[in-house]
Amino acid sequence: MTALELHDVSRVHGKGATTVRALSGVSLSVCAGELLAVMGPSGSGKSTLLQLAGGLDEPTGGTVVVAGTDLASLDRSGRAALRRRRVGYVFQDFNLISTLTAAENVALPRELDGVRARQARKDALDALRSVELADAADRFPDELSGGQRQRVAIARALVGERGLLLADEPTGALDTHTGESVLKLIRTRCDEGAAGVLVTHDARHAAWADRIVFLRDGMLVDDTGAPPSAESLLEGAS
Amino acid sequence: MSVKHGLLALLGREPMHGYQLRVEFERSTGMTWPLNIGQVYSTLSRLSRDGLVEETDEAEEPGKVVYRLTEAGRAELAAWFTTPVAPAEQPRDELAIKVALALHTPGVDVSAVLRAQRVATIRKLQEFTRLKAKADEADDQAWLLVLDLMIFRAESEVRWLDHSETRLSRTTPRGTQASAKADRPKAARR
Repeated sequence: MTALELHDVSRVHGKGATTVRALSGVSLSVCAGELLAVMGPSGSGKSTLLQLAGGLDEPTGGTVVVAGTDLASLDRSGRAALRRRRVGYVFQDFNLISTLTAAENVALPRELDGVRARQARKDALDALRSVELADAADRFPDELSGGQRQRVAIARALVGERGLLLADEPTGALDTHTGESVLKLIRTRCDEGAAGVLVTHDARHAAWADRIVFLRDGMLVDDTGAPPSAESLLEGAS
Repeated sequence: MSVKHGLLALLGREPMHGYQLRVEFERSTGMTWPLNIGQVYSTLSRLSRDGLVEETDEAEEPGKVVYRLTEAGRAELAAWFTTPVAPAEQPRDELAIKVALALHTPGVDVSAVLRAQRVATIRKLQEFTRLKAKADEADDQAWLLVLDLMIFRAESEVRWLDHSETRLSRTTPRGTQASAKADRPKAARR
């Protein structure tokens, strides 16, 4: 089941002489259980792609389909609702609310989903347990390390029915070991059924993905392809 | 690197006979260098001739001579560990040469060469990462060290490819191919 599809998506800013083609004719899809990495230099359109995928921006051409729904078929509040319920974001700069504890940060999207406080807290604790931070539930973000804050952000991104994780350079501010543990966590969550799109300029981190695509000047120029299945590896061996 | 220093390092832990040395060498170097017993014995006899190891009297079984380090062997081992490994001088790197030649070979799309290499190297990186995900942090330390080095080296190659692609796109008009009669690369401005 595809969590995200982009069909021939373009995003143009400005008009005439000042036209900027942030994205041109990009098509891709990501299924549950799959992690896709998007690499490319600054200005290649990676962040635009993520914004369009998450419904934070509208394409000027093509269609974006999240969890089977064409975003263009929804009105603004419909898009906002779909985005809130189905999509989780992880950014380089943690973006946790500093006046809320870890559990409160993770519970917040559930409360916005309309879930009652007690259930929301339970969901938050489950999510924190899955990122091995149950002990930190009642700590504030400034009492957590960078890696811990990023794990809280991942827990928040995937709490409830959120099955699509959009991560924009999530390891930028972290050292190599901590960054790797964040990637391992994203990988595990995808193995458990989430779909992930990871924007990164770091090849070591992109290498955790099933598939890596390369953007340059708003266009997809290369693709590592789908990973070999067990069957195809065995066929190759005989 | 020669096998010699590996054997000295193992004997630095405790005296061993030839077969043990072979097994321990493979295990301790992350299974990256299979040795045959002949290599072990010929290295031991050279080390013995050079006064770095000696035979002990305690054969575990008849015919299985146990070796140990001499004082000279200990000193050689200490020197090896404290001396940095020299980077290869003037590496004859096929990729670097291929790209350099591609710049002025008519009909070759240099950017395509770089991009094809990047896809291949990243696929290798994916393989290494899959292997890494399966390794155990505690039990496979030697293996993880070796794997991480291969990963970092592959990553540095990808960064060089990205860097080169950007460099080329700045000095060559996009879409044209460099040819012998095209502009010479502009002199670097400092």
